[in-house]
Amino acid sequence: MKTLINIGIVIIASATMVSCFNDKKPNYQYFPNMYAPVGYDAYGEYEVFPGQQEAMTPPENTLSRGYTIYDYENTTEGLELAKAELQNPYEVTEKDLAVGSQLYTFYCAVCHGDTGDGKGILVTREKFLGIPSYADPARNIVPGGIYHVQTYGLNAMGSYASQTNEKERWQIAMHVMDLKAALNGEPSILETALATQTADSTKVETTNSGANTTSEIEPK
Amino acid sequence: MKKVNFIHLRSKLPFLLLVFLLTFSTTIFSQDKPADSTAATEAVAPADAGGDVAAGEALFKANCAACHKMDAKAVGPALRGVADKYDRDWLYKWIKNSSALIASGDALAVKLFEENNKAVMTPFPALSEADMDNILAYTSQPKAVAVPAPGGEIAGAAASTDGGSVSNSLVLGALALIFLLLVIMLFLVTNTLKRIAEANGVVYEEKEKRTPIWKAFVQNQFLVLVFSIFLILSAGYFAYGYMMQVGVDQGYAPVQPIHYSHKIHAGDNQIDCNFCHSSARKSKTAGIPSLNVCMNCHKNISEVAPETATAEYSKEFYDGEIAKLYKAVGWDAANQQYTGKTEPVKWVRIHNLPDFVYFNHSQHVTVAGVACQTCHGEIQTMEVVEQFSPLTMGWCIDCHRTTNVNIESNEYYAKIHEELSKKYGVDKLTIAEMGGLECGKCHY
Repeated sequence: MKTLINIGIVIIASATMVSCFNDKKPNYQYFPNMYAPVGYDAYGEYEVFPGQQEAMTPPENTLSRGYTIYDYENTTEGLELAKAELQNPYEVTEKDLAVGSQLYTFYCAVCHGDTGDGKGILVTREKFLGIPSYADPARNIVPGGIYHVQTYGLNAMGSYASQTNEKERWQIAMHVMDLKAALNGEPSILETALATQTADSTKVETTNSGANTTSEIEPK
Repeated sequence: MKKVNFIHLRSKLPFLLLVFLLTFSTTIFSQDKPADSTAATEAVAPADAGGDVAAGEALFKANCAACHKMDAKAVGPALRGVADKYDRDWLYKWIKNSSALIASGDALAVKLFEENNKAVMTPFPALSEADMDNILAYTSQPKAVAVPAPGGEIAGAAASTDGGSVSNSLVLGALALIFLLLVIMLFLVTNTLKRIAEANGVVYEEKEKRTPIWKAFVQNQFLVLVFSIFLILSAGYFAYGYMMQVGVDQGYAPVQPIHYSHKIHAGDNQIDCNFCHSSARKSKTAGIPSLNVCMNCHKNISEVAPETATAEYSKEFYDGEIAKLYKAVGWDAANQQYTGKTEPVKWVRIHNLPDFVYFNHSQHVTVAGVACQTCHGEIQTMEVVEQFSPLTMGWCIDCHRTTNVNIESNEYYAKIHEELSKKYGVDKLTIAEMGGLECGKCHY
């Protein structure tokens, strides 16, 4: 009988000790003062902020460092205008293409597919449907349009301006043009860019017309 | 004559065992039936409305589904029954090039354009009239009524997923019962044997009184000494263990205000970690994604697919969580508009480093190329995220001591790399050898 009571006590004791472990609550700390930051912690909750939320959008009429103003409006006309005249201000290099390719894998490939054929994993799993291929002739995919759509989003696609900065969006645009060229069986845009640099006068002329429009836009 | 009960036992035992085995290995699949009934109703649905429905469905999914849903407004209006609302020839013109139709001043086209926030529909010049007929045949399909009795599907799914565990516990219970029976039988047998022995005149010897075991223990000083040393050592061991885990939050898995499943997003749908935690590659903090990132996809995905539901979390539960997101971000799903009424989501931060430690995500993610899973565990399998690593200093240092720095194609550091590797006499430098253990690197 005595042993029974003893066993009972042990079981109850171990049960209480085990039940004290709660993975929904953080553990004790030795000196909490040294753990908690003095300043406002990222994503902290403090009374001084509206909604007690430390994470806030920047004040109105302010720009973050390195931000460039994008003048095209988020309308159909803005998109058409960007498609027509907006040019990539950055030179196409192998390094930029590599970065663009990596960013494309992060942000775009889930829907648009690794090759840009519109068959990403979300499409094959039927979460998103009807993603067009970049090579679709009905959609005039040009760098300016790609940049515009990344910045504002279009129809069911959202804006990626909060996840990428200006240069990164252009790098992605370069990679998308590369994918389009590959889908159409054309040489990669790096080759075309290199070719135009050393090419005969006819080719130089065509690229020059593009460069002229860029220089016209930039001072605005 | 003696009666022998189990003379045939040896020959019958295998047979009995087989019967026993079969009794518990039979499972009944109740969910077979609903599957059949759905198949039946699909066949019942009208097959034709002037076009090939199957081809239409494929075309719809490839071309229209980006902006149109069958029964709900998305970017464009819901398309079910659209063929009955408008004239067929007008629809051909609209689908081929809606902008041209609007520009021509067609009153109906202009009205439709205005009603849908002036979103321009992509022209589809490549679609033939037969293709469009197929699509319209598909959109003319009546809405499939949920066939199994309400809740039947869910119950069936639950039964199917629980099936394994139910039969397991059944077997375990049966085994426990058998064990209990055996014990009882043993007691009964000994009792009977005793009674028979007594009846036969066997006399048990009276047990002589012995000193109780605890008294004997106390009297033996050597035993007491050894025992107390053992007690002190084990108490010290457990006390040390307890002290060392204070402030360590390994396994911390708080309940979040919105049940966000990393398993569904990063696991099943293979969305890259950087998609949402976009600041991990260029900033100190990995970042809790703001809700606009959620809405990039969830503007379009307002409910989960039936196959996403698990035994633990139903489709209704997940849909409710998406509704919570819509409420927080102020999205009116019916009108496809933001209402402007937002409320912050108080996510509970899981990985907290003390303020006296500096840790930079971009250094580890972008420069070193460490996979997220190295420190955060198999996030893509976690329905509820928990802290995988202890995040103690010893844990940091272990990794810094054993990981080599990738010095290839980094000319900026070429000289110092060369000198350091000469100094330590190694080809590859660990982080520790590069000064990764200096106090000031992480404590400032």
